[in-house]
Amino acid sequence: MNTPLAPSEVFRKETDFRAYSATISQFKERGIELLLLLAALTSIAITLGIVSVLLYESVTFFRQVSLFDFLTDTQWTPLFSEPHYGILPLVSGTLVTTLVALLVAMPMGSLVAIYLSEYAGANIRETVKPILELLSAVPTVVYGYFALLFVTPLLQKVWPGLPGFNMLSAGLVIGIMIVPYISSVSEDAMRAVPVSLREGAYALGATRMQTAIRVVFPSALSGIAAAYILGISRAIGETMVVAIAAGMQPTLTWNPLEPAATMTAYIVQVSLGDLPHGSIGYQTIFATGLTLLLITLLFNVAGHALRKRYRQVY
Amino acid sequence: MHLENDIDKSTSIGVVKGPIQRRKWTDLVFAAGGLVTMVLALAVLLALLGQLVMDGIGRLSWQFLTSYPSRFPTQAGILSAWIGTVIVMILTALAAVPLGIGAAIYLEEYARHNWVTDLIEINIANLAGVPSIVYGLMALGLFVYQFHLGHSFLTAGLTLGMLILPMVIIATREAIRSVPSQIREASYALGATKWQTVRDHVVPYSMGGTLTGLILALSRAVGETAPLITVGALSFIAFLPHPPWQSTFPFFSLQWMFDPFTVMPIQMFNWVSRPQEEFHLNAAAAGIILMLMTLVMNALAISIRARFRARIHW
Amino acid sequence: MATGSDARLPVKAESKALSFYYGALHALKGISLVIPERHATALIGPSGCGKTTYLRCLNRMHDLYAGNRYEGEVFLYPEGVNIVAPSVDPIEIRMRVGMVFQKPNPFPKSIYENVAYGLRIRQSVRRTELDEAVERALRDAALWTEVKDRLHEPAWALSGGQQQRLCIARALATGPELLLFDEPTSALDPTATARIEELVTDLKQRVTIVIVTHNMQQAARISDFTAFMYEGKLVEFDRTEIIYTNPSNKLTEAYVTGRFG
Repeated sequence: MNTPLAPSEVFRKETDFRAYSATISQFKERGIELLLLLAALTSIAITLGIVSVLLYESVTFFRQVSLFDFLTDTQWTPLFSEPHYGILPLVSGTLVTTLVALLVAMPMGSLVAIYLSEYAGANIRETVKPILELLSAVPTVVYGYFALLFVTPLLQKVWPGLPGFNMLSAGLVIGIMIVPYISSVSEDAMRAVPVSLREGAYALGATRMQTAIRVVFPSALSGIAAAYILGISRAIGETMVVAIAAGMQPTLTWNPLEPAATMTAYIVQVSLGDLPHGSIGYQTIFATGLTLLLITLLFNVAGHALRKRYRQVY
Repeated sequence: MHLENDIDKSTSIGVVKGPIQRRKWTDLVFAAGGLVTMVLALAVLLALLGQLVMDGIGRLSWQFLTSYPSRFPTQAGILSAWIGTVIVMILTALAAVPLGIGAAIYLEEYARHNWVTDLIEINIANLAGVPSIVYGLMALGLFVYQFHLGHSFLTAGLTLGMLILPMVIIATREAIRSVPSQIREASYALGATKWQTVRDHVVPYSMGGTLTGLILALSRAVGETAPLITVGALSFIAFLPHPPWQSTFPFFSLQWMFDPFTVMPIQMFNWVSRPQEEFHLNAAAAGIILMLMTLVMNALAISIRARFRARIHW
Repeated sequence: MATGSDARLPVKAESKALSFYYGALHALKGISLVIPERHATALIGPSGCGKTTYLRCLNRMHDLYAGNRYEGEVFLYPEGVNIVAPSVDPIEIRMRVGMVFQKPNPFPKSIYENVAYGLRIRQSVRRTELDEAVERALRDAALWTEVKDRLHEPAWALSGGQQQRLCIARALATGPELLLFDEPTSALDPTATARIEELVTDLKQRVTIVIVTHNMQQAARISDFTAFMYEGKLVEFDRTEIIYTNPSNKLTEAYVTGRFG
């Protein structure tokens, strides 16, 4: 056991400082790094693809329709013999359904988040989390089915004159759909608030509710705002629930008890049909898509900025 | 002077008890409100699933699973739809896995802190918030027309692959980050190159998290409808795609990738959009199968995560 | 400095005016140190003096993280090449210089695969050669008898002391010429520590060893030479007995007598 530990002859040539194999392996390493970089660059390629397709078709569209008309005309009837290209009806449809959704999702999502983060013991959390996860795993077509064939008939018992397609059912169901989303992001934000802040409030004799509302909620405000904003963006982009339950008639109305088409539902409607590639009808879906993208982008950027802020504070 | 009595009067327990009782009561009400909200969420979930099962269970049968769509509701089935879903899922995974895992490896192991890396990361964060129908629009302009891939399985797989790419990247990055630096250092100290360390340690040890993220992303893709409608999924396909083999050289065929396609959620959407109630029952049955697919995939993801957690220790 | 007979000892590695920067932080200041071959050299000093930083220069571990910079030279003999020169590939250095870390870090693989990994990445080795090499390494690390019946069981099931000996076996398997220990026993209990110290004392006759330790008694027990560092500088380097019984520098004396650190 006293003989020197010499590297085995088999491996000696590997360690020659001028070994040929070192150059080969360096070449291979660089090659692999390049491949992986290309994979990472696909994300940029996708963004470029989205932007370029939407812009290209929209530019062609806007050569024939003035931007002013697009933004101010109150009718959206691209397929009529006397076409109107005002985006307002579609935007109003999107806005109304989103608003209804938020009226449901914000209070529910926040309450659930506060309850889970401030009140609930581990047992309750274990049972509630899977339920919320299940809610978020349900495909949107199934939600659409539910909205049309359960929620609408139910609401018709309350409002007998409610049309079969209406924005209220769609909005309510979208609201339920985004509750898990809002609650999980809010809960994360609230749990990030340090225990010491809470304990300070409890030590002064505050109840859990007072602590939750006056201490935790405000401290986690940017995170909760991020949750709301990301929820809004999700609701704006929702397609199938509105396509199934809200009808596909573009109407400029602010009454949720009426049917209407959202931007997303319009795109679906046109895609279901047979518009020739290159026609102005075909281009309308890209103009609509561009509007949709810009609106959601606005909300996403704001949401992410807020999320970064609350993560940095602690 | 009986000071004690005066003090008794102003600070008697009775006087303090009042406000405490009131706050405790509001605390209780708040807690109850939170609980009620969660029960409401559970109730909605149960109503949704219950409605689906009640409506659809009658139509579930072997005949339903092995028939093509038909004008006659009782003869219609989901054969082309569920096979279509399986094929599209395979293509989606083939698109998303190499790009997603490659991008994640690059960002975690190779990327330096420069503007290119920042740009890639901003892109991924943004793409995660883009409405799914916008992916459909991009795919329509790019894959269907620009690249002449047509309204085919290939287009569908690429579209959904791009859609779930941000999810796969984010999940894989999380998994890679959980591999401790001591393990990497041990590998490098033995003379391993970066690629050897990534291939032999980082990737295998993070596989659990990566697979979980991938399966959850695919379970989302299973339910995606809007982008596939936009790229031209048909809802009446009474045939199966070409088989992947052929009797002449080279004995395998890629013709199936260019065949027209349909998937489960689109079939369900088509049926629920019909006025006849019998088709609604079909839609419910399709919805049950769709939910089962989603649930099975979620369960699979969870079990994989648990199994890997048991095997990896550091 | 090392006296008369020591000047004729063959040298395995040597640093000449080695400086190191973590970004803007000047962590090592012109360290010139000789590592004699097949002896154990200990690096001691208070926390933050740069001993681990110095150690990690010897196998270019700092290259793994951005913003680090070497200045000066480190020579590995017999070739006498400056291993911190940018033109030298750190992979080649790490194939000849092994490292054992402070906290045992076996891979989440089997015991066999842990030891075999270093061999697998070098050449495609035949199965019989691999088996022999693994056994030899485990014997050299005084672990063979304890694990020979469970080579294919997971390494994480071993005790802390056993895991550290496994890491030593893993480093030994590839026949390194220089073995670096970074506080190898600070996470272990006294019994395991004693076994590792025994192992180092045995190994140093066959492999050149550099060991960083904050435990002065340990350095006194197992090392032949000791280098005392303070605030990034080398204060004194000599035979261990001299450092502990008759140091030339007042600072060294203050440290080894426990007046600070």
